Amino acid sequence: MGWGAIRAYTICVYLFMFLPVVVVVLLSFNQNQFGSFPMTGVSLRWFEALWNNDAVMRAFRTSLVLGLLTALISTTLGVLASLALVRYAIPGKNLITTILIAPILVPEVVLAVALLLFLNWLGIGKSFALLLAGHVIFTLPFVILVVQARLVSIRRDVEEAALSLGASPIQTFFSVTLPLLMPAVAAGALFAFTISFDDITGTLFWKPGGVETVPTQIFSMLRNSISPEINALGTVMIVITVGLPLLGAAIARSIAIKRGM
Amino acid sequence: MSVEAREKRQPWILLSPALGAVTLLLLVPLLFIVVYSFWLRSAVGPDTAGFHLDNWQRALTDPFFRYILLNTLKIAAITTVICALLGYPAAYFIARSSGNKLILLLLLMLPFWISYIIRTMSWINILGSSGALNTLLMTVGITSSPIQMLYNEATVILGLAHFLLPFMVLNIYVSLDGIDTSLEDAATSLGATRWQAFLQVTLPLSLPGLAAGGLLCFVLGAGTYITPLILGGPRDAMFANLVFEAIITQLNWPMGSALSLLLLIVLGVLVAIYNRYLGMSQITKGLG
Repeated sequence: MGWGAIRAYTICVYLFMFLPVVVVVLLSFNQNQFGSFPMTGVSLRWFEALWNNDAVMRAFRTSLVLGLLTALISTTLGVLASLALVRYAIPGKNLITTILIAPILVPEVVLAVALLLFLNWLGIGKSFALLLAGHVIFTLPFVILVVQARLVSIRRDVEEAALSLGASPIQTFFSVTLPLLMPAVAAGALFAFTISFDDITGTLFWKPGGVETVPTQIFSMLRNSISPEINALGTVMIVITVGLPLLGAAIARSIAIKRGM
Repeated sequence: MSVEAREKRQPWILLSPALGAVTLLLLVPLLFIVVYSFWLRSAVGPDTAGFHLDNWQRALTDPFFRYILLNTLKIAAITTVICALLGYPAAYFIARSSGNKLILLLLLMLPFWISYIIRTMSWINILGSSGALNTLLMTVGITSSPIQMLYNEATVILGLAHFLLPFMVLNIYVSLDGIDTSLEDAATSLGATRWQAFLQVTLPLSLPGLAAGGLLCFVLGAGTYITPLILGGPRDAMFANLVFEAIITQLNWPMGSALSLLLLIVLGVLVAIYNRYLGMSQITKGLG
């Protein structure tokens, strides 16, 4: 098989991956009131409709708060654990790593059921707290994997220099280690936020009645029919979950350039 | 306290919040549903605690459950094969291309950031009765009224493959990228054709990546219930849909516990077999 054939095949695979998403974005600007082909013109009417849709805006606020809190808690837990795993020789490291990434080894449906039933038995029914607990436990392994990968590349001698010059371990952490760690922390937080913002499998089990996140809102809107409003909502979500990491990477890069690294 | 003792305790202090969270929010809950699966649902009031085998007996012998379980494994297997067939050449192209590797990789990572539900529902825009494909067919004149293409098993597999393909490509790419290209050159210089060199040198060396991608696709595919709800018909339920039905619709939590544990056991056996022969490190390599 020639190289040209493999190239053509790869282009087809990429088209398969992206064409449907491109269609979502295209149709969200459609003027046609049924939101289907053929497109009759470009308009922002569906985005305006979203803006005026209270249920959608509420779902947005819920997703945003949930995502930010998840990122905060999950990143804190994940960074601390990663520090221990990368920096210290501890017995049973493999077992500990396996336990920490267990939430992605277990199918999410099973995790969702187990958490729902157990916390309910403890008296915490379907609630925002349950949602938050679920999102934290589900995003934690991703944060640990991402942060660990970055941590390995940070050299220890700078910290040792600070310590030998008389800084306390806590001072060293905040003025040396943490700044060096920032890219890893940011990457972990971004990952946690995006995963939380996208999650639906667990969320449908954990959310209380009447509370919707953006994905569950889209899901319930789909039950009726596909409307151009859903495509517009999809476009907004793509902009948030794709645009945010790209923006983050760009900022990280410009900071790195300024520092002359 | 001596410095040494403090040094010894420090990692455990750092680890304890994360380990505590996983223990309290995953490990203990899993043990809890093991116990719960032996309880019985009461028509009114709280479920009856005890040791009853009824749920397990039903989960293991009900022909409907067994049919859905086998069908779920079949769908996951077909999806995995499709992902491998689509993903391998693409991963090979990325790994061996000289120029814009970075852009190709970035594009490959992009779907991970695009919401699962958006990517799943996007197929309605393509295959729906007023979707792109039907509009095209009607404009060209091949058909006069829209063809019903959605809401069957094929569209469920299509949606799953679309969702899982990046996992496959990424894993294969990681293992292909680690293979020294001079090995293939050595094979051809010794008289093998390019195709022979690929089949006998590169392909075997990349099998760990293929297996890791396959395992991820299979396990993630077999555990889904959203895709069948969006792209499947009423008869295309997968096993996780049974769990969702039992827990959310019927509120039969003991039965739901037994069903989710059954799913966990079936997929866990697969993961254990994989782990026995190939080890878990390939998977974390692909995710990191």
